[in-house]
Amino acid sequence: MSAILTYLPHLLQGLLVTLQVAAGSFVIGLLIAIVAVFGWNFGPRPLRWFISGYVTVVRGLPELLIIFLVFYGGTVLLSGAFGTYVEVNALTAGICALSVVAGAYLTEILRGALLTVPQGQWEAATSLGLSRMTAFRDVVLPQMLAYAVPGLGNQWLVILKESALVSIIGLEELMRKGVVAAGATHSPMTFYLTVGALYVAITGVSTLIIGAADRRAARGR
Amino acid sequence: MSPDIFIKATPIVLQGLQLTLIITICSFVLGQILALPLGLARQANSPLLRWPAAIYTFLIRGSPLLVQLFIIYYGLGQIPAVRNSILWPILREPLYCGIIAIALNSAAYMAEVVAGALRRVPKGQTEACISLGISRRHRFTDVLLPQVYREQLPNIGNEIILVLKSSSLASAITIMEITGVARAFTARTFAPFEVFITAGILYLAIGFAFTFLFRLLERRYGITGTRTPAPEASA
Repeated sequence: MSAILTYLPHLLQGLLVTLQVAAGSFVIGLLIAIVAVFGWNFGPRPLRWFISGYVTVVRGLPELLIIFLVFYGGTVLLSGAFGTYVEVNALTAGICALSVVAGAYLTEILRGALLTVPQGQWEAATSLGLSRMTAFRDVVLPQMLAYAVPGLGNQWLVILKESALVSIIGLEELMRKGVVAAGATHSPMTFYLTVGALYVAITGVSTLIIGAADRRAARGR
Repeated sequence: MSPDIFIKATPIVLQGLQLTLIITICSFVLGQILALPLGLARQANSPLLRWPAAIYTFLIRGSPLLVQLFIIYYGLGQIPAVRNSILWPILREPLYCGIIAIALNSAAYMAEVVAGALRRVPKGQTEACISLGISRRHRFTDVLLPQVYREQLPNIGNEIILVLKSSSLASAITIMEITGVARAFTARTFAPFEVFITAGILYLAIGFAFTFLFRLLERRYGITGTRTPAPEASA
């Protein structure tokens, strides 16, 4: 018990990094998805092929493999560019990799949500003289996001848990701090259970917030 | 990128194929077996069954698989009772730990799917069975379960892809499956793109093979017109 208290500040620091990774990847992934959904619906055919290829391929690959590809691949690219060994920052690599993954899943979620926005909304917006871009951004997108809240929330939970994989490339987030503490104290069970409990705590709180957000987004529907 | 290294990477990455398939198939099957009682417990009338199942799925679905894997592989060994038990020869092996952890994880997600499907079976069916004098056991094995599993085939097909992807985590506990050998080979050759892309293609190929297999099963056994939408992504 006292060992947990000694390491608790470290674990909480790691928790902050975990939240950073998850939030960063979620936001970037969401931006990717919004652009991808727009492109999927209005882009030229090759762009549609590219987006649907991106979604299919990324969803079929293990997240860990993508993290390794970005981390080791980025290191090789940077080292080549600078002529000496440059290791990619694990935080950057983690956020990049998880953003790409989240982007693919979020594209699917938003595509589904877009279908639930009535066609009449598009027609009304364009007949009022809004351009397709403005109609998407100001009329359809907000409604689409409101419909997508449960899916987006679920993806947030998935990213929170996936962020633990970034510990494998050495990022000092919650999981990694747990591994270090477990090694230093020779009590892996204690620390992995503590780390697990902290993850359950954040996903539990997130679930409550998502529920509230969904009830709010569904007002008047 | 050189085609040379692609050619060299292929046999290396293929070395991990067998372990990836073993982990995927064993965890998937074990997970499915565990999911049924768990799903039934989630739907049970007795709170003594319902609550433990609800807590189990909440804890498993609320924490990362990597943590669960480490609890089983590194954590259990800390407990002397486990080290002295007859299960120790199993729990000492990373391969078995990997399979158990992924199966326990998959079971929690599948239990929700099974519970949801049970909930959707119309009440009239139970009433019809009772009025036809069909025994409880046959009502369960011949009426309820076939519907649940036939309806859920698309979700079950999704789950095996998720288990396939989860199997890559086994590399974190020293198992040399596809991701593990790819990473080790990268460390030696410093050619990450060639190696990881080869590994990625292999994962996609296995995924397509499973998808194809489940399409066949769906065409043969699936209930048409009840195709449920893809489940929420899980990890």
